[in-house]
Amino acid sequence: MDYINIFVKSIFVDNMIFAYFLGMCSYLAVSKTVKTGVGLGAAVIFVLGITVPINYLLENYVLKEGALAWLDEEFATVDLSFLSFIMFIAVIASMVQLVEMAVEKFAPALYGALGIFLPLIAVNCSILGGSLFMQERQYANIGEATVFGLGSGVGWFLAIVAIAAIREKIRYSNVPAPLRGLGITFIITGLMGIAFMSFMGIEL
Amino acid sequence: MSNPIYKFLEEKVKPNFEEGGKLEKFYPAYDALETFMFVPGHTTPKVGSHIRDGIDMKRTMIMVVLAMIPALLFGIWNTGYQHFLALGETSTFWENVGYGALKVLPIVVVSYAAGLAVEFIFAIINKHQVNEGFLVSGMLIPLCLPVEIPLWMVAVATIFAVVIGKEVFGGTGMNILNVALTARAFLFFAYPTWMSGDKVWIGGGTDEAVAMADGSTGATLLAQATEKSSGFVNAAGAEYGNTFMDAFLGFIPGSIGETSVLAILIGAAILLITGIGSWKIMLSAVLGGYVMGLIFNAFAVNPFMEVPAHEHLVFGGFAFGVVFMATDPVTASQTGTGKYIYGFLIGLLAIMIRVFNPAYPEGVMLAILFMNVMAPLIDHYVIRTNVNRRKKRTAAVAA
Repeated sequence: MDYINIFVKSIFVDNMIFAYFLGMCSYLAVSKTVKTGVGLGAAVIFVLGITVPINYLLENYVLKEGALAWLDEEFATVDLSFLSFIMFIAVIASMVQLVEMAVEKFAPALYGALGIFLPLIAVNCSILGGSLFMQERQYANIGEATVFGLGSGVGWFLAIVAIAAIREKIRYSNVPAPLRGLGITFIITGLMGIAFMSFMGIEL
Repeated sequence: MSNPIYKFLEEKVKPNFEEGGKLEKFYPAYDALETFMFVPGHTTPKVGSHIRDGIDMKRTMIMVVLAMIPALLFGIWNTGYQHFLALGETSTFWENVGYGALKVLPIVVVSYAAGLAVEFIFAIINKHQVNEGFLVSGMLIPLCLPVEIPLWMVAVATIFAVVIGKEVFGGTGMNILNVALTARAFLFFAYPTWMSGDKVWIGGGTDEAVAMADGSTGATLLAQATEKSSGFVNAAGAEYGNTFMDAFLGFIPGSIGETSVLAILIGAAILLITGIGSWKIMLSAVLGGYVMGLIFNAFAVNPFMEVPAHEHLVFGGFAFGVVFMATDPVTASQTGTGKYIYGFLIGLLAIMIRVFNPAYPEGVMLAILFMNVMAPLIDHYVIRTNVNRRKKRTAAVAA
């Protein structure tokens, strides 16, 4: 039940986009069509699903105060948490590199469509945000951290795919000229945020 | 055209608004009011498409408004009835109606005035015709609000919904969220004390008089009555059995138009017979709600889950939302299969939010808003599936 709770919560209640507004840049830029949205969303799910558990291990066995106790008794007081940002980023960057190579090899068309935004996942705030939330919320074990990472990814995926479909739908709408493009997308995001508020406070 | 009113308008009034007239700028406003009463004179050309029916958007919208009239009338009566009931007084039919009318009609007027003012301004700036879409939204907004809502809030919410929810997308037919629901959600999140709780659902519930009468009788009729209030019934299991009929007929407190399932069903019949509301959405939403109710009954670990599935369908705004808001042709799914999925998920989510999230009793509103957001995605995949199936079929034929 705990796993389901964390999963549902990280998709709907603590949605990366609508609750924390993390990862907005690629969310706004790549959501013009559903197809690219799906591609980037899947990449984010993958990266979050991998990096959060890896960073969880790093956090608990290397970085946290006393985490190095498994090496030797005398390390029990060592606190490396000031290194957590740089370590997390390093893990994320290497994972993104992996994804990029995989996408380029197996889906070259998607690789072209995603363009610069694929490598930019490395600095996508929602990815680092996922790891930092993991650190802050102190999940009990690696299973929970993995479920949280995957759930956050799925939530981000859902958000980008939904807005991509909406943007495809309003492509021929007579939006007032000053609002065309990003302006209306911001408004849509706000309205979607209202709709997602329906899940606030749900406890399974 | 022998109608003298029409003749007068055509000869004396209209030239002022046409090109070169004194009031040329206000032509959209004039046009809106003229076609409100008369079928517009333009027809399709002799060659080309043939439209045999005079039904256009304005008449469609009028039909929906007509369908809402039973709910409105019942709401007016019920407002009075609940008020006097809470005071512990007996009242006649006309007293109920009189009190209700004084409470409800100002909300309707403010909603229409605020919304239409925005529509007219946008129409004049953009130099297009005034769109009729607001006729329905303007009626839906008061019907889904509690009766004690301050009028200025109605105006603010209406303006927000029309500008941000609709006009920035290009006006009627372009919006992604139901306008009336946007207004309601805006109020719900901006002024939660006025949109939920014990007192707002009964006319005069926030007044001193009722509060005092309430205190002096000691019976807390108001509190008792509002325990069954809009959206959800408090977890006092025994009451459910007695309230089913009341909830069906609508003798319970709640938003103005949502209490009487019977009145809403009359509206649903009008929508279905005229073919304006989609039966696919209504049917699948009711099914979805019922199935979810049954699932919860099967587990039933808390009193919220024990509410019988059929009672979920008559409580709160479920019927109202499903009939009038989920079927909004603009924001619902456009494809046939999509409508089934869309409706079913609305029912499912509505009951789920009710049960899992007691803080948000009005799950229907949020479920519909959420599915409004997801509808384009559903459509997208329904269409993709069709395209792929046909591709396969032609490939098979060719091979």
